[in-house]
Amino acid sequence: MTTTRQFARHLASATGLLFSAGCSHGVLDPQGPVGTAEKLILYDATAIMLAVVIPVIVCTLVVALWFRASNQRARRRPEWEYSGRIEFVTWSIPAMIVLFLGGIAWIGSHDLDPRKPLANVTKPVEVEVISLDWKWLFIYPQEQIATVNELVIPVDTPVRFRLTSSSVMNSFFVPQLGSQIYTMAGMTTRLNLMASHRGTFSGLSAQFSGDGFSDMRFDVRAVPPGEYQAWLVSTRSRSEALDEARYARLVSPSRADKPTAFGHVTQGLFESIVNHHGAPDLSNPAPAPESNGSF
Amino acid sequence: MFGNLSWDAIPLNEPIPLATVFILIIGILGLLTLVTWKGWWPYLWREWITSTDHKRIGVMYVVLALVMLLRGFADAIMMRTQLALAAGHAAGYLPPEHYNQIFSAHGTIMIFFVAMTFVIGLMNFVLPLQLGVRDVAFPVLNSVSFWLTAAGVLLVNVSLGIGEFARTGWLAYPPLSEIAYSPGVGVDYYLWSLQISGLGTLLSGINLTTTILKLRAPGMGYGRMPVFCWTALASNLLIVAAFPILTATFAMLLLDRYLGFHFFTNDSGGNPMMYVNLIWGWGHPEVYILILPAFGVFSEVIATFSGKPLFGYRSMVMATMAICVLSFLVWLHHFFTMGAGANVNAVFGVATMIIAVPTGVKVFNWLFTLYGGSIRFTTPVYWAIGFMVTFVIGGMTGVLMAIPPADFVLHNSLFLIAHFHNVIIGGVLFGAMAGYTYWFPKAFGFRLHEGLGKAVFWCWFFGFYLAFMPLYVLGLMGATRRMQHYADPTWQPFMVAALVGAVVILLGIVLTIVQLVVSIRTREQRRDLTGDPWNGRTLEWSISSPPPAWNFAVLPTVSGPDAFWSIKRNAANPAKQSPLEPLSVPTHSPLGLLVSFFAVVLGFSLIWHIWWLAFVGLAGAVAVCLRHAWRIDLEDLVSVAEIAAHERKHQTQVSP
Repeated sequence: MTTTRQFARHLASATGLLFSAGCSHGVLDPQGPVGTAEKLILYDATAIMLAVVIPVIVCTLVVALWFRASNQRARRRPEWEYSGRIEFVTWSIPAMIVLFLGGIAWIGSHDLDPRKPLANVTKPVEVEVISLDWKWLFIYPQEQIATVNELVIPVDTPVRFRLTSSSVMNSFFVPQLGSQIYTMAGMTTRLNLMASHRGTFSGLSAQFSGDGFSDMRFDVRAVPPGEYQAWLVSTRSRSEALDEARYARLVSPSRADKPTAFGHVTQGLFESIVNHHGAPDLSNPAPAPESNGSF
Repeated sequence: MFGNLSWDAIPLNEPIPLATVFILIIGILGLLTLVTWKGWWPYLWREWITSTDHKRIGVMYVVLALVMLLRGFADAIMMRTQLALAAGHAAGYLPPEHYNQIFSAHGTIMIFFVAMTFVIGLMNFVLPLQLGVRDVAFPVLNSVSFWLTAAGVLLVNVSLGIGEFARTGWLAYPPLSEIAYSPGVGVDYYLWSLQISGLGTLLSGINLTTTILKLRAPGMGYGRMPVFCWTALASNLLIVAAFPILTATFAMLLLDRYLGFHFFTNDSGGNPMMYVNLIWGWGHPEVYILILPAFGVFSEVIATFSGKPLFGYRSMVMATMAICVLSFLVWLHHFFTMGAGANVNAVFGVATMIIAVPTGVKVFNWLFTLYGGSIRFTTPVYWAIGFMVTFVIGGMTGVLMAIPPADFVLHNSLFLIAHFHNVIIGGVLFGAMAGYTYWFPKAFGFRLHEGLGKAVFWCWFFGFYLAFMPLYVLGLMGATRRMQHYADPTWQPFMVAALVGAVVILLGIVLTIVQLVVSIRTREQRRDLTGDPWNGRTLEWSISSPPPAWNFAVLPTVSGPDAFWSIKRNAANPAKQSPLEPLSVPTHSPLGLLVSFFAVVLGFSLIWHIWWLAFVGLAGAVAVCLRHAWRIDLEDLVSVAEIAAHERKHQTQVSP
């Protein structure tokens, strides 16, 4: 039948498209351990499910066409409506698949918990992320510097993120590095990522946040440690400082801001932003509470 | 006097909505003139607008859904065009302020006013017929439900011309939807129109649940109900349980916006994530409210056209009820990226996957129903087979995203968009179209054009794959939802392909209209006089098409599943027909129209802070309800002679 062939060709091209897609710059082209592990889960789970889904699609088409009313050779069973054995199988197959996938989900959730530190000998870099309307502020608390719309990290070094928002909710996401996480005003979320290769990876907000949302993009530059140190030195030498007054100006909504950097950041800015739900009060810095306790 | 309403509210500087509104107003005026010119008002008023007949109300629901499909699809094609253009440095033709309204309206309209409305329309029309009864439990309430839905529709469309619609996405997450970040009337239009139509949906859910539980033909125990009735029962139970959550959540957001409360604000102890939890406490069951009746339609279609009873009836029922319960236990999978702990994410991930078990059982049972059948490839069967093939792919990507670490990279991406369109188009819409084609002859006494119906199917089928497979790919490439433009030019070919897919679907929608027009014009050739055009198995096919106002002259006595099938098989020795008795049908009532008129007044004046008018609206709605409570004319009597005449006519048509 032509329809079968059409179906088949169609499915083949769609599946081919799906798998050729990750060639570049996506979640199928991971550049760090988190993304790599997640890609593996995607592939494993898809393969397990396709083992049932493809036969079901084929069976549906074959059975439907074979038992068409005009087919003289098909054996009809017009009263057949129950078979305990078949019912047992039909409940068992999806249950078994779910058992498999449930295992993957359980183990994966724990292994790839965003707040779980990555195992690595190198001392992690800490970055505090604040989503503003409509740009990203990155504070390096160990270095007392900050950047806007550009994140520079050393290769092969875990990065520990603490994230919050100055106003509405956003989601911090660098597809090639892996997991995303929400940023929410008055709350802190945690995320651990690492780049294993040098390169520039695009980051974005994955949670709609208003009119400037589409431009909430930033580049992540993963550079060798030496280059990273040099970048730190050059950034520290910048004269502009991020203090309360400057932050107040930075918070006002703007779109598609050029990347910029601050040579100095007032200590405790991140905690203050969290505690005051986006609007810091630097006169009285206090440690930020964790939003989501361990359940 | 007029609150916040002023001439500034008319978007005179925005040509697209202005032109749309202009065309809409011309169209509505033209329609009204035509109706007046032809003198159709008395007929429309008596037989449709004030009708309390579940069949008429069901048809009106479906018409409303089809009209709103045009509106929702217009939004879709504008979005696809924008994204096909806005690559790299190109800005496209829709600024974010407008684009954000469009995707918010698209989601809101498609879920609440197309999918919900279509599904409720089918249930309204079919349930009493399949249960072998004369109407739903509360016929006047049914009319109120419909008109409240229509009131919501009207308010959403008024926002095109007066003010704006929400720019927050279809679920209006705070804090973005709070007054601090969305000071305009858009979110208020969203909230009030959904509060009003949501009330209608809740009342409808109560009505249909009561109908299934309390009104069934003699002998129709739960184990003999058609599977569509079971899925409708599950769906309506979910409505009754879930819609109050929606209403309460929106009420809290309204308190935040109108009276300075702090349920979901950033400051003063509010917590936006509470809203996100609550809205999905409604939102996830909502998906099953939509899909379960579609499963029911496919069960009927596949059994009927295979000429076989449904395989594994009891399994099907158990699977349906399992889905009904489980659907309340998985809401957190919509925000695994909130930062909850690994245990929480894992529990909700596994719970989500468990739903795939009963769903998978259903697919297998449909497969075994086809097996050994004698399948007639009518249009509804095309939709059903297309559904089985498409839906398993959507189910697979859904289970994929139920794995928390996979969701961490797929959440909010175009992969997600592709997934839920895969299940909503491939499941709900295919089901709605199958049901529309399947029951159309029952409603109007003639069949739809088969060839055009199949053409519609192929357009939707291939259009869907062309429009949404590229979105799966784009999601894997890192494209997120709700972007108004994007920097990466390598995405553009996929966006263009998606636009082409949308155009193919557009062709399908145009062909649906063509099919309807052609079928009506050639209805004499397509007339079905028997009332049983498909050799059906359930009771709705045992009566004339269209059925009389009283549906069944004598309530059928049911002795097993597939009630009409066994009646037909025992036709040689028919059961002794009990004598006809005069019966009463609920009289027509303008209550629904009046209540919803005042609801529109109330909603509109609250949106614009016109407090005196809001009082008028509220008082009016209460007054007409009180007036109705003291009504005298309850029911119209139908004489034995009239029933007998109808029965004789039908008998001569069945066996001339």
